[in-house]
Amino acid sequence: MTRRELLTAMLGAPFAAAACHTATRPSPLPPGELVGPSDKLGHRLRDLRAQPPAPTRRERAAIVIVGGGVAGLSAAWRLARAGVTDFVVVELEREPGGTARAGRVAGQDCPLGAHYLVAPFAENRALVTLLSELGAVTGVDDATGEPQFAEEQLVADPEERVFYKGRWYEGLYLHAGASADDQRQLTAFRAEVDRWVAFRDARGRRAFTVPVAACSDDAEVTALDRSSMAEWLAARSFTSPRLRWLVDYACRDDFGATAAQTSAWAGLFYFAARMPRPGDDSQPLLTWPEGNGRLVAQLARAATGRLRTGLAVVDVEPGAPGGEGARLTALDAAGELLGLDAEQVIFAAPQFVAGRALRPFRAAPPAHLREFTTGAWMVANVAVPELPGGLGFPLAWDNVLYESPSLGYVVATHQQPGSRGPTVLTYYHPLCDDDPRAARSRLLALGRDEWAEVALADLSRAHPGLREQATRVDVARWGHAMVRPSPGFLFGGARAAAARPVGRVRFAHSDLSGVALFEEAFYQGVRAAEEVLAERGVASPSLL
Amino acid sequence: MGRAPLLYLNVFVIATCGLVYELLAATLASYVLGDSVTQFSLIIGIYLSAMGVGSWLSAYLDKDLALRFLDVELGVALVGGLSAPLLFLGFARLDWFPVLLYGKVFLIGALVGLELPLLMRILREQVEFKYLVARVLSFDYLGALLASLVFPLFFVPRLGLVRTSLVFGLVNAAVALWGSYLLAPLVGRRVIGVRVRCAVVAVILVAGLIKADRLTTLSEDELFADEIVHAETTPYQRIVVTRGRAGFNLFLNGNLQFASADEYRYHEALTHPAMALAAETGVPRRVLILGGGDGLALREVLKWPGVETVTLVDLDPSMTRLAKNYPPLRALNGGALEDPRVTVVNEDAMVWIARGPERYDVALLDFPDPNSFALGKLYTRSFYQRLAKRLAPGGAIAVQATSPLFARRSFWCVVRTMEAAGLFVRPYHVAVPSFGVWGFALARHTPFVPPAAPPQALALRFLNADAMAALFALPADLGPVEVEVNRLDNQALVRAYEAEWQKWQ
Ligand SMILES: Cc1cc2nc3c(=O)[nH]c(=O)nc-3n(C[C@H](O)[C@H](O)[C@H](O)COP(=O)(O)OP(=O)(O)OC[C@H]3O[C@@H](n4cnc5c(N)ncnc54)[C@H](O)[C@@H]3O)c2cc1C
Repeated sequence: MTRRELLTAMLGAPFAAAACHTATRPSPLPPGELVGPSDKLGHRLRDLRAQPPAPTRRERAAIVIVGGGVAGLSAAWRLARAGVTDFVVVELEREPGGTARAGRVAGQDCPLGAHYLVAPFAENRALVTLLSELGAVTGVDDATGEPQFAEEQLVADPEERVFYKGRWYEGLYLHAGASADDQRQLTAFRAEVDRWVAFRDARGRRAFTVPVAACSDDAEVTALDRSSMAEWLAARSFTSPRLRWLVDYACRDDFGATAAQTSAWAGLFYFAARMPRPGDDSQPLLTWPEGNGRLVAQLARAATGRLRTGLAVVDVEPGAPGGEGARLTALDAAGELLGLDAEQVIFAAPQFVAGRALRPFRAAPPAHLREFTTGAWMVANVAVPELPGGLGFPLAWDNVLYESPSLGYVVATHQQPGSRGPTVLTYYHPLCDDDPRAARSRLLALGRDEWAEVALADLSRAHPGLREQATRVDVARWGHAMVRPSPGFLFGGARAAAARPVGRVRFAHSDLSGVALFEEAFYQGVRAAEEVLAERGVASPSLL
Repeated sequence: MGRAPLLYLNVFVIATCGLVYELLAATLASYVLGDSVTQFSLIIGIYLSAMGVGSWLSAYLDKDLALRFLDVELGVALVGGLSAPLLFLGFARLDWFPVLLYGKVFLIGALVGLELPLLMRILREQVEFKYLVARVLSFDYLGALLASLVFPLFFVPRLGLVRTSLVFGLVNAAVALWGSYLLAPLVGRRVIGVRVRCAVVAVILVAGLIKADRLTTLSEDELFADEIVHAETTPYQRIVVTRGRAGFNLFLNGNLQFASADEYRYHEALTHPAMALAAETGVPRRVLILGGGDGLALREVLKWPGVETVTLVDLDPSMTRLAKNYPPLRALNGGALEDPRVTVVNEDAMVWIARGPERYDVALLDFPDPNSFALGKLYTRSFYQRLAKRLAPGGAIAVQATSPLFARRSFWCVVRTMEAAGLFVRPYHVAVPSFGVWGFALARHTPFVPPAAPPQALALRFLNADAMAALFALPADLGPVEVEVNRLDNQALVRAYEAEWQKWQ
């Protein structure tokens, strides 16, 4: 594939033409490597369709947690808080954290995936507890009872800027050059959002809040799930290109899917779930140089000594409540099999893994499995010797390119005290093909060099010369990055079916929420752990 | 034919404009590259030699002399008129800025050099040669005289460099248009084309004039009213020292930091109230200065006999080097940076403050005004909280807090933010003629009343007992206003500051 074909496929033809026209001969690519999920063990799992042979070694634990992502670690954290320590977390990768893992590029901490958390309301007690442990909650507002957050952990101002036709503008919505009609539509859209913020159902529940499980199931709300966000906009005559861009960007940013691929429920969730009252600002964001890796590290402390990494669970016999125990088989990097016997299992790996690992699911795949689709993302970490600038509004934390299929980049040093010097730009690029499998094969067809090429070419629109300055580009390919809230999926019954325990196995993963957020993974882990505690008869007041 | 005298006037204007472009380039070069003597002689040399090249080349133009002449004149209008704006833009963005600068000077010189021989050949038929040479050259020299007078006396102080450049470009274009009427019979039908080109050039230059505000801030442009004696661009900022009638001035990124004539009022007011307050509970021994790389607050601190150590944290090593080695500045701060009690640390104060256990009896914060997000961080609650932890019991802090008159909300934002960090704060102000009314905030861990005057033995020029009392008496128009606390996550101060100063520009 030529450079031009590559850029055409990933960034669009007009841009590729421009990029290849101006750059006579691009300078050599900076060094770097593939980071993030290693596909080797994962592929073994896929190839192991048949029954694995019986392992020679067996171990036991009261509770086995499959998957050391946010959901699995949160379950461990919750168990440990209740004083239950007879558990083991089995994680396929060498590092825990899943899609919220941190990386290190050229000596600088940076995210490989998830990079921020929306500050929770007081009612999300479990999360407020975790954040207090991290020193991110400094007190409680006397007037509202809402938590106050540490200044240093909230996203430092300026938060966002958007690059449009050669210049940066503050914020995400492109105010510059907006017509009166654009402004009117923006106001009308905000009014729609406010209406949903104000909504309370007969039981007093909000239409949208975090976690999803606390949202109203009133028919008026769930009906939103049946159409796409794009259809919802069209039905209300929201035609303003900038408004539609903003909404599409929001969907791609949070869900890795375009407005046409995202359910209107999910689209409105993005705007309404984090707003305390109509007309308020949305809750602020918390972030760290290493992104949500900071949260992962805090959770993982609870699993110290009980975390087994580089070990893929390839077979789960669920056992039966009151009957047989659960029997698991795991495969390590050396190809050795390990048997695990457990009284209870928290299965905190994605749904597609459940389909392959659970013996009854392999024998007769349940219908709900097919309903879960996951999108593909590429994340490139670009090390540069100096903070980038640009015409117009100065560098922000989140720097968005209006005319790009990517989401732009965040600056790893933004939360650090200094205002100069080398940094790492974390560039996010969701692949939004209609068929997620096509996106996945497109993602995996390209290696480090090609993706680095795409990232640098895209970023160079806003920062000419970036390719020459970059000292390193590491690429993470997330094939199963996050569940897609496609229209009809969230309230179509699949999530409820997937959440039902099988034998002694309980499920906990952000997939079950239908929107991939730290808060959701955390909620699922804590919930599953509390169910396990209840079943074991351990008294521990619920955090939920 | 009667057009000859009018064409002499043309020569006059061309000469004026040509020299103005040259002076513009030299002024800009000394601002940007420093060292005005070298820059002026280099620019003059290049300009004159380019005129020679232009004159030489004129011999190779044979046809359509009048048309060529007008086009050359338009070329001068365009290249010369846009020279200052383009050089300003280029300075910020190009590594090869000197090439652009000298190339432009050469081009303008060559075009001007082409003009005179062409004009002389056009007029050859109408005027006897001896009169022709005499008049053309004398108008040329007279034009140069006019330029050298109006440029420094009128245009630069009134319009700044960018507008001056554009205005002279317009004058040039107007003269070309006029010339197209004078020379119409010689140009023939193609004169229409010339006039269209005149209009295009004029439109471009007028557009430039309208956009000129965005290019440079007025303050930056004003700086050229005085002679620039030192200029350098460091990785952190642009340092310019100018010399005027009353002494010299130091600018950082185009903002005046002090004028030698009245800086003592500012630095005495910044330093001594905090020292005197700390002295109420014990002799201030350990002093911290953040910013203030000019060494002037340091000079004041060192007047206190009990001071044992002073740590001065300034981001920019070039600034502290200048304060140490540049004779006029060194004379002004009394060689304070060489005092054995002083330790200079070149680091971002935000990074520095989070580290190390040492505590200080007095901390003086002399940062530039919060006109960028990077500077805004140094005025946040988070920063003051960290600073408060480094303050010894009974210790005092003084913060320069911008002008309470020009930026009243910003001033109170600093005060309220320090309070939000748990400090007890008293705002105060002083009049510094070159700045206007200036604001400070004095703070410590416990409530206090403003201190008594510093000891007489310090022999201060400004701060006696009466002046000290007046500092803390705020007039009504500087009184408190409702403001948001400045935090890292809202940068309320930078936003307020920008809005307030915009009103005055
Ligand atoms: C690029 C990107 C950016 C994101 N940005 C944000 C953000 O800014 N904010 C936010 O809130 N959310 C973000 N998300 C989503 C967020 O990362 C997830 O919602 C959350 O971390 C998911 O946690 P999880 O535990 O549910 O799933 P996962 O992260 O998928 O964790 C599952 C774990 O199970 C392991 N595993 C899989 N199979 C096996 C097996 N057979 N045996 C053992 N272990 C196995 C995996 O290795 C993994 O560690 C982002 C996601 C991506 C991909």
